[in-house]
Amino acid sequence: MLSLIVFAPAVVALVLAFLPATTPARVFVGAWIATGLVQLALVVAVWTAMPAVGYGFVERRAWIPSAGISYHLGVDGLSLPLLALTVVVFTATAVFAWRETRRPKAYVTLFLALQAVCCGLFVALDLILFFLFFDLSIVFMYFVIAGWGAGARARAAALKFFLYTFLGSLALLLGFILLFLAAEPHTFDIPTLVAANPLAAGGPYAGLTLLAIGVGLAIKTPTVPFHTWLPPAHTEAPATGSAVLAGVLLKMGTYGFVRIAMPILPASWRQFALAVVIVGVVSVIWGALVALAQTDLKRMIAYTSVNHMGYVLLGVGAAGLVAGSDEQARQLATTGAVTQMVSHGLITGALFLLAGSLHERGHTYQLAAYGGLAARTPRFAGLFAVAAFASLGLPGFSGFIAEFQIFTGALGAAPIPTALAVTGILLTAGLFLLAMQKLLLGPVRIPDAPGSPRPFGDLHPSETIPIAALLALATVIGLAPRFLLDLIEPASRALNELVTR
Amino acid sequence: MMNEDPTALVPELALLTAAVLGLLLGSWLPRRRQGWVRALAVAACVIGLIATAVAATRPDEMVFGGSYAVDATTHATRAIVLVATLLLLGLSTDTVAGHRRETEYTVLVLLGALGSVLLAGAADLLLLFSAFLLASIPLYALAAWDKADLATEAAMKYYLSGAFAGVTMITGVTVLYGATGATGYAAMREGLSTGPAAAAAVGLVAVLAGLAFKAGAVPAHFWVPDVTDGTPPAVAAVLTTIPKIGALVGAYRLLTTAIPDTVVDWPPLLAVLAAASMTLGNLAAFAQTSLLRLLAYSTISQVGYLLMAIAVASRTPAALPALLFYLAAYAITNIGAFAVVAALPGRTIDAHRGLARRHPMLAVALVICLLGLVGTPPTAVFLGKLTVFAAAIDGGMAWLVVVAIINTAASLFYYLRWIAPVFAATDPEQHEPVVASLWARLTAVTAAAASLVLGVGGGLVFGFLGGTPG
Repeated sequence: MLSLIVFAPAVVALVLAFLPATTPARVFVGAWIATGLVQLALVVAVWTAMPAVGYGFVERRAWIPSAGISYHLGVDGLSLPLLALTVVVFTATAVFAWRETRRPKAYVTLFLALQAVCCGLFVALDLILFFLFFDLSIVFMYFVIAGWGAGARARAAALKFFLYTFLGSLALLLGFILLFLAAEPHTFDIPTLVAANPLAAGGPYAGLTLLAIGVGLAIKTPTVPFHTWLPPAHTEAPATGSAVLAGVLLKMGTYGFVRIAMPILPASWRQFALAVVIVGVVSVIWGALVALAQTDLKRMIAYTSVNHMGYVLLGVGAAGLVAGSDEQARQLATTGAVTQMVSHGLITGALFLLAGSLHERGHTYQLAAYGGLAARTPRFAGLFAVAAFASLGLPGFSGFIAEFQIFTGALGAAPIPTALAVTGILLTAGLFLLAMQKLLLGPVRIPDAPGSPRPFGDLHPSETIPIAALLALATVIGLAPRFLLDLIEPASRALNELVTR
Repeated sequence: MMNEDPTALVPELALLTAAVLGLLLGSWLPRRRQGWVRALAVAACVIGLIATAVAATRPDEMVFGGSYAVDATTHATRAIVLVATLLLLGLSTDTVAGHRRETEYTVLVLLGALGSVLLAGAADLLLLFSAFLLASIPLYALAAWDKADLATEAAMKYYLSGAFAGVTMITGVTVLYGATGATGYAAMREGLSTGPAAAAAVGLVAVLAGLAFKAGAVPAHFWVPDVTDGTPPAVAAVLTTIPKIGALVGAYRLLTTAIPDTVVDWPPLLAVLAAASMTLGNLAAFAQTSLLRLLAYSTISQVGYLLMAIAVASRTPAALPALLFYLAAYAITNIGAFAVVAALPGRTIDAHRGLARRHPMLAVALVICLLGLVGTPPTAVFLGKLTVFAAAIDGGMAWLVVVAIINTAASLFYYLRWIAPVFAATDPEQHEPVVASLWARLTAVTAAAASLVLGVGGGLVFGFLGGTPG
């Protein structure tokens, strides 16, 4: 079942690769949308049949037994929400790409391949399988940014993205090898490593392992000070690429913390939890402050991603501060962190798609170039307002549910960092309100081409539908979060037991 | 024990017979029919592979007075060299078909391959040195095969540095013989327990210098860029692939069976050579605009990663399977990258601009091979790197792995300098549609596919190599 979900896009991509490039673009995009919908149906089926505890839908085949590598898939309450998020974001992106005309064959096959590896990453239960998908996501994303971004700057940004995250992935690999060698018998299997807890005693070896894995994941997340690749990559990527990069690829970093770093290295995680909390809070504040200073809409959204990912780190870090907190608080923090990953994926995905629509009409991301869009393009204005409010954590949206749980869970264990992080909410509220004011209110101002004014139409249905769907889902989670929390809570309880053992 | 059973050497004899018969056949055939020589060479490789597979089912043995080892390591080397030779014959078909020295090319490749296999199997210093000569002299001639100005100059440089390396090596053999009183590896080990360790160390360094020359490792790497750039890609691919395999396995066998690291502390030396090779190769590759020079420096850095496995050879049993797997992966991937260059007339990065539009399959093969050389999963080199890194950490050389990781990330930069223009748009007026050579193109696609298959199906290969990596 999981193999089917992971490899369906890859198979479709392979089939599409044999069609002539002159086939109408709609055939490719249509196939992509259909694949996404089929995957969505499969994920819903998986969701309804999940076991209450432990991994569901486990598949395991020998792959390279002598090196302790197996093809091991499975989902639990930590990974299934992210798998669902991946499929939702990609399907929304596919619908958004309906009007894409630039080399549709390569575009769609590349995105389908990316979709396959992203799904694979969240269901992988083997470190090398995880690494394989992790690395391939970088490769495919590089081609998306370099191939469909804007010119030479895009290629430079893509190069920076590739080099930076590739270095991160190698640090991750180093950490994985250290884990592999620590376990007896040597293995890369995640559940086996979790059960064996080979580095339970802590010490410098375990600390270095956590450092290598932590740096690898922190680059991908990204947290301060490893975030500098993110703004150029986002600015130069096409809208769909940005949505997938922010919505799905960033989650790979934070997911790595809850899937690998916390359960396999509990002793070191507890030892260095305060450092994680501090990095998280610095990311929150720094991301928000720098976002406030941006004049470019896409860069601004990119920095709010740094801010939002900081909350996730605060949550998972607080879960490691065993001494000063009770079990319920830690569980709340972990659940909030996972919810935040889902929430950020939906909301930021929508924001980047909106930014792409704006760029398609005005050919610039400069906030100052626009004004009064509420009168000219009501659909865009409405959706942008909803997305902005959702992103700043207004109650009723998923972001509130997530951040509220993180703060409540972290407050007891780390009162001062949490109090500092709450100011991040104020800053993001300020910057989104400012952005809305500039874009939507005031006299109508749209960038003109030299000569005649350009038509500046409202959103097409192929833009409205995916963005509205993402935001609707964020609202559903905000209003009736039980269906999601019922899935995450048992898993985060199990995770906390693993961390405290 | 005087086992002189020639059937133990069927793969080697097949190569030798094909070389001799091919030379005779080539002298009598008209120029347009010389393709028969290549067919003969292909047949020899296939026979050799079958014989290797059969021999692999038999127990290990030492033949010809203990001077030649027929064990899993030799079988693996035979298989790697023979498969690489088959790929190289495919790669070169367009270049050499109808050429006035077509037969010579094929025969020289066969002899070089034979020398490489013998280097790997040798368990006696004298045989090691003979194999060194056999792997060197035909390849000097091969470097000059094109007879163009640059090729002549390349052959001259290759020959001079080779002659120097050979003299150093035979000196080392002499010193080692003096220090240990034997040339057979097993006897050397006994002799070293009482003999002078300092002299043995000097001799070992000199012998390693010769092997480093064959492998193209620092500090004997100066010939690599000039020779690679000066010869046609079909020749350069041979020179940067075939001798490396034998030289590295030969070094592994010499160090692990003849020289205990308790007597001569060679692991740090190898580790430093590994670090220097990968670092210098990478640094020099950064600024290259010629594809062949770029690949040349890339092969130097790859030797660095391979040497990591040898550096920990005495400390962990994981080193051997890691080394052999990485060699197989490297040979296939490197040939694939050279095949892409051979398929197209351009020799600079700019000449490949927009390749993805003109030859999408070739572009995909290039991306797989180059990212394969970086070590991106699921290509074969990734598994090789993974196992080599694991072995190195297991052998207590974690610092070397950190150096290798930094180098890997840095190497991505120059491979991407090649990949990025391939997918860039071109001005349609400036570039004529370029015809790609059929056989080189096929080889490139085959090698890229093989690299993926070997990466995904690595479990089976490790089963054959018998060891557990890590």
